[in-house]
Amino acid sequence: MLTLVGEDRAGIVAKLTHALYEGGCNLGEASMMRLGGNFTMMLMVGFSGKVKALKEVVNPVSESLGLHLHVDEIKAALHTHLDPDVRISVYGADRPGIVSEVTGALAESGLHILDLESDVGGSVESPIYIMHIEGHAAEGVGSLRAALSLMKDRGIETSLEEIDTLLG
Amino acid sequence: MAILDILLFPDLALKQASETVTDFDEEFQKFVADLDETRLHAPGCVGIAAPQVGRFQRVALVDVSANPKHKNNGYLVLVNPEIIEWEGYKKGREGCLSVPDYTGNVMRATSIVVEAQDAKGTLQRYECEGFEARAVQHEIDHLDGLLFLDRLVSRRNDLFERKNYKK
Repeated sequence: MLTLVGEDRAGIVAKLTHALYEGGCNLGEASMMRLGGNFTMMLMVGFSGKVKALKEVVNPVSESLGLHLHVDEIKAALHTHLDPDVRISVYGADRPGIVSEVTGALAESGLHILDLESDVGGSVESPIYIMHIEGHAAEGVGSLRAALSLMKDRGIETSLEEIDTLLG
Repeated sequence: MAILDILLFPDLALKQASETVTDFDEEFQKFVADLDETRLHAPGCVGIAAPQVGRFQRVALVDVSANPKHKNNGYLVLVNPEIIEWEGYKKGREGCLSVPDYTGNVMRATSIVVEAQDAKGTLQRYECEGFEARAVQHEIDHLDGLLFLDRLVSRRNDLFERKNYKK
């Protein structure tokens, strides 16, 4: 698993993935996004050599782009997706603790988070926090709805939608 | 009865348009039965289209009745189907027998009226809503060489469903 973080600029993905391709890597699942002026990347990379050799492939380009590089050897496989069955949206006036309160209550109610993305919008003076979660409701959605119903009194708006995946 | 082999993308045969059915003979009846047996063989599968088994004819089967919460018309044999009315749009998650291990969000009409011949060739008309309407649109797409991959919308950045604004 390659993790790269650095100041955002145009062309990072193209330059980095070109170096990986030239170095004999095959990319798998990846998450890349701009967070607060930084560009962040987490990539599953198939590579036949050792970690040290992979770092030698990436280092020249990551250094030239000013990216911090971290490499973990992981046990991982493609084709192991878990299907989410619930999507939860959350927003409210921004304050410390929203994520902790919401995810804490959801975890106690059996939620296994598969994907979470959050953002801060609104004005500089009055920021709003917005979060979307997809996950698996191990104990059903009833307990998750109950957990979320307690959030309104804390100034957090929530909605839950079941994901009914069509297979056809 | 037989379970037929499913074509898997990136087999580009899935991207071709299928031909109108003209013969509703015994062989065709047997094929429809085999196609549904193939659908039932895949757990949770609510629809299948003939091109998914390599027969490029305009036949789609849909049956969402296994889950009683889905309003439905039961087992639908849709031969030469045409959607003649559409209403509303909603995003929902779809997967496909021909695209294993991937699901994605797709916009579909929330209610449709579809005209199709049945397995014997008689013209029928069905009103479909919600999950069943989604399944019918997904399967008819196969007849035009379209996969849900052709209609993906982002998984991210959706806020609330419209209905939630009416609290």
